[in-house]
Amino acid sequence: MKIDVNQKTMILGIETSCDETAAAVVENGTVIRSNAVASQIDIHRRFGGVVPEVASRHHVDQITVICEEAMKKSGVSWDDLDAIAVTQGPGLIGALLVGVNGAKALAYAHGLPLVPVHHITGHIYANRFVQELQFPLIALVVSGGHTELVHMKEHGSYQVIGTTRDDAAGEAFDKVARTLGLPYPGGPEIDRLAKGGTPTIDFPRAWLGEGSLDFSFSGLKSAVINYIHNEQQRGHELNHANIAASFQESVSEVLVKKTMIAAERVHAKQILVAGGVSANSKVRSEMEKAARTRGIPLIIPPLFLCTDNAAMIAASGTIGFLKGMRADLSLNGKANLFIEDF
Amino acid sequence: MNVLAIDSSNLVMGVAVATEQKVLGELTTNSRKNHSERLMPAIAQLLEAVALKPADIDRIAVAEGPGSYTGLRIGATIAKMMAWTLKKELVGVSSLEVVAQNGRYFDGYIAPFFDARRGQVFAGLYENNNGNVVQSVPDRLLQIEDWIVELSKLGKPVLFLSNDLEKWEDLLQTQSYAVLGESTQNVPRAAELARIGARKEPVLDIHHFLPAYLRLAEAEAKWLAKQER
Ligand SMILES: [Zn+2]
Repeated sequence: MKIDVNQKTMILGIETSCDETAAAVVENGTVIRSNAVASQIDIHRRFGGVVPEVASRHHVDQITVICEEAMKKSGVSWDDLDAIAVTQGPGLIGALLVGVNGAKALAYAHGLPLVPVHHITGHIYANRFVQELQFPLIALVVSGGHTELVHMKEHGSYQVIGTTRDDAAGEAFDKVARTLGLPYPGGPEIDRLAKGGTPTIDFPRAWLGEGSLDFSFSGLKSAVINYIHNEQQRGHELNHANIAASFQESVSEVLVKKTMIAAERVHAKQILVAGGVSANSKVRSEMEKAARTRGIPLIIPPLFLCTDNAAMIAASGTIGFLKGMRADLSLNGKANLFIEDF
Repeated sequence: MNVLAIDSSNLVMGVAVATEQKVLGELTTNSRKNHSERLMPAIAQLLEAVALKPADIDRIAVAEGPGSYTGLRIGATIAKMMAWTLKKELVGVSSLEVVAQNGRYFDGYIAPFFDARRGQVFAGLYENNNGNVVQSVPDRLLQIEDWIVELSKLGKPVLFLSNDLEKWEDLLQTQSYAVLGESTQNVPRAAELARIGARKEPVLDIHHFLPAYLRLAEAEAKWLAKQER
């Protein structure tokens, strides 16, 4: 479907799929007028991970505060908005419901159209704040919940050509971090630790057969955990930095190679990386190297747009709005949602 | 003053619009949950039916709990959002107090409760004071056996009102002081919520209005217990 992406728009986005309560106003799909986020990282740290019921309760506490902040900082009024975009899923259902019902109340109160957004398309569209998208493109979405290769032929069209068969890459980061006794969230901790180490341990890479674009990280995760336990049993002193560096090397090698295979297969004009794990410095640098060698432009969002935020939801919602996607007041949050339906 | 009342705290989903003198409209279901899908359309449908626009509402009264956590969050989120964005007043009313209104002329105590699983109930105690239902014991979470012992000492008849009455019927019927509510008395009426809501002081801080869960999240309770050890 051909849409005019240069149309003037002003969209309020709302995101509550996990542990960030977020709202943002985005102009023309590319300009961030405001981007308010209340992170719950400090609240969940003592539990060692996100507790859904606790997250949901905090969303109720923050939802109007964050929407007010986003509206105030944007300098626009409700009359200036064209639509409200909200994350419908995937995510924690109790958390999603707060954003979805809040967005419906706002849409009804102001007579505004409501646009449902798939969270992962939000991560992909975070890249549009960096540079206009060129198609066809390959987007690697890597986070605590996702590891997917998405082929886009045009705006708002998503085809999953590779996905994880077990754990998401971010999940592996969290579990390895926990085994190493690092605090939550584990990803940034491993990244920091790895900088002081060398990849001396040969952890497995799961290629899943010639040309496969699927991923598997459970084997790697177990290998790292087994290695740690074996070394401890033998009374060896663990070199945490080397373990982190070796683990990270294994993850990034698989992510980079498969992304490059996908990009070459579809003759991609751009490679995008999105999601929490795209904040990882090793993944970023290896991806840059590989893309440069092949002469394919690479876009990775700045760090503040890698983690969950609502600017990305408004950006993707802008495309949904232009495509004519609308939800009525019966819109419900969904823990599982298929990206190709968006 | 036009009051919009919203109750999605338990299986019953209720919406009403009323002034201080008159009930303009009321919608109630007592068979399905999926409040997340149905509550907002019900609000829109009722307001349209009584020919009011969102901006015509002066105050929103929400059943604040106790009840199902998810249900409470749906009602509280919609109520907060509408009150904040339309610059209207917000009032929270105990979900048990709403049920207690159905025993207004009962001569004795009114004991509304909601099943809270694991043998527990969310319960409160109310009584009739010249046609006004006033609270005698604050809402709380406790074992139903403990509640029955406490009520037996009051020396007055007690009217049990609950949509979950069936589950505890056998136990309650053995209590000499107990009177069990009829089907229509066990269902909270959103119009009663609107009536109580019209009289209460609105909340000062809409932003941080929260449901009355009356129970910590399990992870929170476990974490606290660990700190005390
Ligand atoms: Zn995310």
